[in-house]
Amino acid sequence: MRNLTQTTRGSEERGCKRKMKPQEQTYSKSRRLKNQIKAVVTNPYNVIVLIAIVLLIYLIILPLLDMISTTFELAQRDIRAVGGGEAGDFTLYYWQRLLASELSWTMLIKPLINSLVIGVCVSVCAILLGSILAWLMVRSDLPFKKFFSLAVIIPYMIPSWCKSQAWLSMFKTARLGGAPGFMASLGLNVPEWLAYGPIAIIIVLTLHYYAYTYLLVSSALDSINSELEEMGEIQGAGKAMILRKITLPLVLPAILSAVILTFSKAIGTFGTINYLGSPVQYYTLSSQLYRNINSSNTQTGFAMAILMIIIASIAVFVNQKLIGSRKSYATIGGKGGRSTLIGLGRVGKPVITIALFAFFAVGIIMPIVILIMESFMLKEGVYSLSNFTLHYWIGDPDPKIMEGLPGIFKNDEFLNSLFNSLRLTLVNGVFGTIFGQMLGYITAKGRGKFHGKLVEQLVFIPYLIPSVAFGGIYLSMFSRPQQIFGVTLIPSLYGTFALLTLVSVVKHLPFAARAGTSNMLQISGELEEAATIEGAGFFRRFVKIVFPLSKGGFISGFMLIFVSIMKELDLIILIMTPTTSTLPYLAFRYQNGNSAQASDCVAIVMFSIVFLVYAIANLSGKADLAKSMAG
Amino acid sequence: MSKIELKHIDKFYGKNHVLKDLNLTIEDGDFMTLLGPSGCGKTTTLRVVSGLEKPQNGFIYMDGKEIVNAAEAYYAPPSQRNLNLVFQSYALWPHMTVFENVSFGLKIKKIPSAEIEKMVASALDRMQIGQYAKRYPTELSGGQQQRVAIARAIVSEPRLLLLDEPLSNLDAKLRVDMRSELKRLHHDTGSTIIYVTHDQVEALTMSTKIALFREGELVQVDKPLELYSNPRNLYVADFIGNPSINFVEAEGTVTASGLSVDGIMGHLEFPKEDMTAQAPASGKLKVILGVRPEQITISRTQSAPNQVEAHVYAGMPAGSETLVSVRVGEEKLVTVKELGSTHYSGDETVYISFDPKKINVFDAASEELIKYSR
Repeated sequence: MRNLTQTTRGSEERGCKRKMKPQEQTYSKSRRLKNQIKAVVTNPYNVIVLIAIVLLIYLIILPLLDMISTTFELAQRDIRAVGGGEAGDFTLYYWQRLLASELSWTMLIKPLINSLVIGVCVSVCAILLGSILAWLMVRSDLPFKKFFSLAVIIPYMIPSWCKSQAWLSMFKTARLGGAPGFMASLGLNVPEWLAYGPIAIIIVLTLHYYAYTYLLVSSALDSINSELEEMGEIQGAGKAMILRKITLPLVLPAILSAVILTFSKAIGTFGTINYLGSPVQYYTLSSQLYRNINSSNTQTGFAMAILMIIIASIAVFVNQKLIGSRKSYATIGGKGGRSTLIGLGRVGKPVITIALFAFFAVGIIMPIVILIMESFMLKEGVYSLSNFTLHYWIGDPDPKIMEGLPGIFKNDEFLNSLFNSLRLTLVNGVFGTIFGQMLGYITAKGRGKFHGKLVEQLVFIPYLIPSVAFGGIYLSMFSRPQQIFGVTLIPSLYGTFALLTLVSVVKHLPFAARAGTSNMLQISGELEEAATIEGAGFFRRFVKIVFPLSKGGFISGFMLIFVSIMKELDLIILIMTPTTSTLPYLAFRYQNGNSAQASDCVAIVMFSIVFLVYAIANLSGKADLAKSMAG
Repeated sequence: MSKIELKHIDKFYGKNHVLKDLNLTIEDGDFMTLLGPSGCGKTTTLRVVSGLEKPQNGFIYMDGKEIVNAAEAYYAPPSQRNLNLVFQSYALWPHMTVFENVSFGLKIKKIPSAEIEKMVASALDRMQIGQYAKRYPTELSGGQQQRVAIARAIVSEPRLLLLDEPLSNLDAKLRVDMRSELKRLHHDTGSTIIYVTHDQVEALTMSTKIALFREGELVQVDKPLELYSNPRNLYVADFIGNPSINFVEAEGTVTASGLSVDGIMGHLEFPKEDMTAQAPASGKLKVILGVRPEQITISRTQSAPNQVEAHVYAGMPAGSETLVSVRVGEEKLVTVKELGSTHYSGDETVYISFDPKKINVFDAASEELIKYSR
């Protein structure tokens, strides 16, 4: 009954006629093979996918394997500790020492507990803070929204180590030596548990990471049709009930991805721990990792990194199980019609507004003000006009101040770092964005196909690797020339700008590719197909159709990478050499060298650049940080 | 200006078998409409012809030239098939002006720019949108965007024009206007057109041939009126026609002289020569009478013995015509269409009749047509 054909003899034939037998067709297997190969090879898309996969494996999987195998290889310096053998021999010494020796408690268990405590506490606090702010900003009738929505993003632009620096300026006690902090100089006795250690770290990191939750949850809230909530009201549900039963479940996927983002960032961060933890010997996995790798204890450091990757993977896995099929909630509601704002009430409104102002003043404005003030103070902690100086900005070298360090604008080291930072962010912004958009294109076009999933998974891996460890692997891998069959592919990159660029691009690929994917998914496939019909080849389609349509996404992708690389410290700290120093690293060095004011100056310059770029991109109206992050 | 033959086409999306051994020939100059409910494979067929999708099995010939040979994994790229496509969403490039949209393909073909301007102008004039050449698609109304999409497709004078539900995004009035415009376009250019729609009115009014799909298979390919008056089976009969055809169950007996039927519509006799090849040679069977609403005449008085008594369920006058829903027997509802405007009140007793020659009869078991309408 199935083989119906149209007959040409008109209606007398009564339309369909049964086909006698499938027509025999001659075909040759060799021609089939030739055509298949031709179809694969002549399609630039396939070639690009192949190149992308090879590169991703080389730049992500290989370093990871290298890291794992390193932890089983005996190092020269430990030959005596294990009693014989040769460098490079297989050994379980490092794992055994880390997991099951008398050193385990101080090396692993305690930092691990600290890491988890920090991770969990920061996640809980940041999610709460971020969600509440997002709800207030999107769904309530809060006044001064324009101001608040800008202020709320600022913490994202100030690196967490900058905030730690401000925290120290504020609360520093006599313990650290040198000048006292702002509080101490007022005669207030700051308890040590507040100045340093877990509480300080949690507060600083919460003030930093809530921005992620805010961005993700507010865009999810934004996409909920308020009719859904109104329907609840009509059914007789109270405000609390609506929030709990309708709004919250709808933004839950966004909240869960914020949890993952915050948790993995919080356990991976190093700068803040170093600033606020080390004065009281409070260590986490990431700071232990840094200490180990920095003191050439690479094997132990990598073993810890692997444990951290496992923790991050478990968190992601649990998250995916929890989100499951709910991922698409946000789009179901769509941005439907109008969005009715919820009144905060006559008492609530002013109280909440004032509370928010206070929060911003203390949490955001104050750290910046303190940093700026301190940069103008000849001696730290002396708050008087006679102490005012521009020395740290434009002063000539004076052997009495900071070992003859000149003001930063007369300091070659600073100018070099500024140049390096700008170069690094620009090069990375451009390349990272292009790669990110290309990878996004592959994942968007390859949705549901094997190659698409593979690329998506590969690109995600750097996200799980702690920044410090990632820098460490690249350092160990690319410090020697990379060879295949005796041919040098890549020369030794130690101390080069190229290594810095490479590690930054790869580490930021997950973000860049995510931004790219969400960008590419917005371009309807039919627009490209229409060009295919007109005879446009792959490259012409990309240049004439895909690229012009994704410009906005390019800009916000660029922004995202620019901002995060400009303030990046953890990732590049191990790779730094004096010639490749960037602004964050310089600030870090000055701070560690007890030149707090110079460090402040550097941080202020860096922050100004970030803010300026953000403002420009924002004013041009194209950039949308939340969109590129949410993915 | 092109003859298309599809042979044994199979298309899978993963495990989903979308086109099942499809065979279809589209003659040179046909306006062939692929009709069916959503998800039946009609758009997929169009995309397979266009070259955007590669079928897993089968062959496609264009004027006798092979353009798809799945056995040898040969698929001619869309640009070599001398066709063009109008998407349901129009797929106008939002960053290009109307002129740039229409001239895009011509530039790729490296046609001299003076000639491009002439060709674009002529295409835009044909679609009556010459004055919008410098505008961007977002500055145009839906109907104007539609015209740009068609202009883009016809500017290179393709031998084959593919249209994927082009009118579905337009409002009702514009849709009627565009129908006649498309029919005129077909008449003027003489291109072969393949047109996808789920709207049977579009299909009946515009096409020279209709291919009716069901779940990835062709059910019937025929001229529009033939499809309407002699649907091959119950599925086709039910799908085509608005208001829908009335199905009335009855008992039939096939004899040497023909078919006799008894039921709530009374006793009916159908001669042998009106029977189809699907009709059984003899014996009793359950049949379904297919009676189009306009084939039934309705009157308030009984004037002939073949009239059946019925009771008005609801009368729906609509100016030019009146639809009356009547109850025949205990519960059977039958729709009657009458020209002009008449008011029937509920439960009024009326008498209905029809010409037995005109109606279809289907075998209730096989659902196939067993008696032609003459």
